Amino acid sequence: MRRWLLPALLLAALLGAWQLAATSGFLAEALGLESFLVPSPAEIGESLWQNRSLLAENAWVTLREILLGLGCALVAGVGFAVLMHLSGIVRDAAYPLIVASQTVPIVVIAPILLVWLGFGIGPKAVVVALICFFPITVSTLDGLRSTEPDAIKLMRSLDASRWQVFRRVETPNALPSFFTGAKIAVVLAPIGAVFGEWVGSSSGLGHLILTDNAQLEVAREFAAVAVLSAMALVLIGLLALAERRVVTWR
Amino acid sequence: MSVSIRGLGHSYAGLRTIERLDLEVSEHEVLGLVGPSGCGKSTLLELVCGLLEPGAGTLAVDGGETGGERLARCAYMPQRDLLLPWYSALDNAGLALRNHGLDRAEARERAAALFERFGLAGFERAAPAELSGGMRQRVAFLRTLIAGKPLLALDEPFAALDAITRAEMQEWLAVALKSDPRTVVLVTHDVEEALYLSDRVVVLSARPARIVAELEAPRPRIPNRDAAVTDPAFVAVREQALRALHEGSR
Repeated sequence: MRRWLLPALLLAALLGAWQLAATSGFLAEALGLESFLVPSPAEIGESLWQNRSLLAENAWVTLREILLGLGCALVAGVGFAVLMHLSGIVRDAAYPLIVASQTVPIVVIAPILLVWLGFGIGPKAVVVALICFFPITVSTLDGLRSTEPDAIKLMRSLDASRWQVFRRVETPNALPSFFTGAKIAVVLAPIGAVFGEWVGSSSGLGHLILTDNAQLEVAREFAAVAVLSAMALVLIGLLALAERRVVTWR
Repeated sequence: MSVSIRGLGHSYAGLRTIERLDLEVSEHEVLGLVGPSGCGKSTLLELVCGLLEPGAGTLAVDGGETGGERLARCAYMPQRDLLLPWYSALDNAGLALRNHGLDRAEARERAAALFERFGLAGFERAAPAELSGGMRQRVAFLRTLIAGKPLLALDEPFAALDAITRAEMQEWLAVALKSDPRTVVLVTHDVEEALYLSDRVVVLSARPARIVAELEAPRPRIPNRDAAVTDPAFVAVREQALRALHEGSR
């Protein structure tokens, strides 16, 4: 009750204050702007409702980019983490490169991806995947490696094969870390998708935000942002739910 | 001879932990190993179990000299119970059976048959975190026993328990070993525990470990622990052991 009620009350209070500040003209005056550039929450809500089909269409585009990118990052991230865990040679060779690759800004890569992969879902999904890959890989590997050496000794003494140690001890041990990494990835994924759209696209919430900004459709811009965060929240919620079902021992 | 150690030497990180050690354990004998902390008792146990390879000398368990052969003949019980939190008490107890290829239902059935005898009836489905310290240790011991190995290697099995539970567990282990005799190597820093549970106690010196004294436990064994440890014969041997321990620590 408290977990939901308190943030909900705080949110309501903040929205209320914003509403008052916007409708009284105080906000626009303080910022030195025309009042249509500073929409109130009610106006944003109205825009959300009026543009619901446009927003839904674009949200679906962005959601697909996020899910495809995230899915690729999950498969590649977990796969790489397992590979690096099982083989010291692979780990020593690849880990420094994976860390170093994070210093290359996505901002630089995205335009190149556009050239290579065109204007479709491809380059956006790749940007999302590139951003999400790192937290998933690093935290999963960390979880796998944090298994207590004594637990592995114990399993070996109980006649476990390498595979059985991996399956019965190391994998469950890595799950909480994996979920931590996946949660970070889910938070980053919409940023990646929006950025991919900014570099070049004809649809999606990022594209809508960009065009609305150019046309001074500020209320609809806010509405698009609200839809984007709602999408991210739902994804985080689903992940937290999955974590609670899988990691029952914490 | 169940265990035969000749000229054993071992170093760890440049430190000589064991030097020219000879030791034999007969079948169904309970051998207590006591020594100052850090003297290499646990290393010796891991060497016997095939979890480590010796730097010098030979080790044989039931004739098996290679690491793999020793690993197959020894069941190792580490200091901490190391019950896997993602498995129930029953599934933890049956880990070795699962590793041997039994399916979950069969492993559970065979482990459950022993739960009553171990005073664990009704806790089959409990998570390790729901068990008391003494119960966790019993599940850990059951897990070791179920592996069906001829040699049990126990590393300070009761060190983490409070004094009362520890005394109870010692009595319980004495009974358990009487009804299911095994060759046991018991490492402990508690001279009283070693003398009460073992047939023979070997006192080791500070690093590098060598044998300072070998003492026969008083006979006949008195089942009640309180009565046993206050028996004059027991007290006399304990004095001898403590003196040897003191000399070896210098």
